[in-house]
Amino acid sequence: MWDFSQYGSQIALINDLGEKVSYGELQQDCEKIKSVIEKRSLVFCLCENKVGSVAGYAAFLNHQIVPVLLNAHLEGGLLANLLETYKPEFLWLPKEQIEKFPSMAKVLDIRDYSLLKTDFGEGHTLYPDLALLLTTSGSTGSPKFVRQSYANIKANTESIIEYLNLDCSERAITTLPMNYTYGLSIINTHLMVGGTLLLTDKGLMQKEFWEFFREEGATSFGGVPYTYEMLDKLRFYRMKLPELRYMTQAGGKLIPELHKKFAEYAKETGKKFIVMYGQCEATARMGYLPADKALEKCGSMGIVIPGGKFHLIDADGNEITDANVTGELVYEGANVTLGYAECAEDLSKRDERRGILQTGDMAQFDEDGFYYIVGRKKRFLKIYGNRVNLDEIDRLIKGKFDNLDCASAGVDDHMYIFVTDNSKALAVKEFVVEKTKLNPSAFQTIVIDQIPKNDAGKTLYKELAKYYEG
Amino acid sequence: MSNSEKYLKVFVDTLEIRSEEAEGLKYNSIANWDSVGHMNLVAALEDAFDIMMDTDDIIDFSSFEKGKEILASNYSIEF
Repeated sequence: MWDFSQYGSQIALINDLGEKVSYGELQQDCEKIKSVIEKRSLVFCLCENKVGSVAGYAAFLNHQIVPVLLNAHLEGGLLANLLETYKPEFLWLPKEQIEKFPSMAKVLDIRDYSLLKTDFGEGHTLYPDLALLLTTSGSTGSPKFVRQSYANIKANTESIIEYLNLDCSERAITTLPMNYTYGLSIINTHLMVGGTLLLTDKGLMQKEFWEFFREEGATSFGGVPYTYEMLDKLRFYRMKLPELRYMTQAGGKLIPELHKKFAEYAKETGKKFIVMYGQCEATARMGYLPADKALEKCGSMGIVIPGGKFHLIDADGNEITDANVTGELVYEGANVTLGYAECAEDLSKRDERRGILQTGDMAQFDEDGFYYIVGRKKRFLKIYGNRVNLDEIDRLIKGKFDNLDCASAGVDDHMYIFVTDNSKALAVKEFVVEKTKLNPSAFQTIVIDQIPKNDAGKTLYKELAKYYEG
Repeated sequence: MSNSEKYLKVFVDTLEIRSEEAEGLKYNSIANWDSVGHMNLVAALEDAFDIMMDTDDIIDFSSFEKGKEILASNYSIEF
């Protein structure tokens, strides 16, 4: 995937403790990891924005070892389920977490990470081009993974480098988890061009983050809509960040008002603000709004990335050729992933999509060919950039609470959980917060007499909207 | 309601904690006080005390006690 030797003494990684790792050292770390793991092994990589986490990931991809990228703070029960379902041969995790797995033998320490050998014993049949697995939801611990190939990652990485015009002078600071496809694409692109990654798990609301940002002269960062709301709250526009070159936004639609504010800020300060569009199912990116159109086309997610193709289809599957007509967005390109896996056997599956992805997003294009996302076909919300499947939430709640009727609905960053039993309302909310590990302010329970249903017993979610739409 | 009570109430309501838990509470020490919780907390404090906090104060505000100190020294709130 990457040729680190060409960048030798250039710095690949810097963390907020001041540790620096050159490309040469990264290469050595990779060799050590490679020497103890067989090719085509399956590894659960419990990610944090730490040097060991990135070094392990780089080694796995460069040596045909297949990682499943998970959040290192995934709830214990959910992780146990995933381990049981996929039976990986190894665990790559932060050193301080090894006590949680007393039955597993430690094979290796690299920087702040350790490698543990599991005792599942059996190997896997992995599809030859399968490179890595990512979760679709991030937080609910669903065993449904997206299967990404080496060719997918390479194509998308090259395309992003081209449209963002990246080179080895870039210093991106982490603002997103690396097990999240958008955060991962920033790592992939920077390792490819020989740039530097500034790694921190500190957040925008912490002084240490901004100190690290300034000290190391970050040139870019990415953010989901909620990131930009926080920056707005922080009166980001008044901060002096002379080294900052550009900001990207993805992971859901930013409200046009904020899009405009950041586009104006960028214009006034000689920086770039780039709104992008993508999905884990397309590796990471599918569309971007060129910085020089950020104001003129405010609210748009832009045009297709280099090497890709967009079109819209109507309900009958016919292509829409007129501007300003809504249809489902279809993407074609080499970054369209192989498909999903829901169990270990699925890891041997071939390419099921053959380069075409029906995104499930409803969109329009204007007279100039710029695309606007106007809605979603499927029942999920983006909460702080995390995809949360509403049907899955309903299933989880019903599995935990016997005889409880419930239905969840809402808008991005605000989920409403409808229940019919007042005495369970609080426990339901606490349960959903615990399972998703998302801030409770995103969830609200509403008690109603009964969940509206049609004659066939199907929940009428549209009728719930009146309770939360102002 | 005194300013101390008002301040405590904002913590209890925003972070969904019991009032006994507020003392000594630090950013990221509980799941609810993450970046999202922090933003909500700042918004609620700004409303409760009718102030506009500066960027440096928002990011310096790392504990229950520190927040009080910031409000007292930079926004003339008496506790």
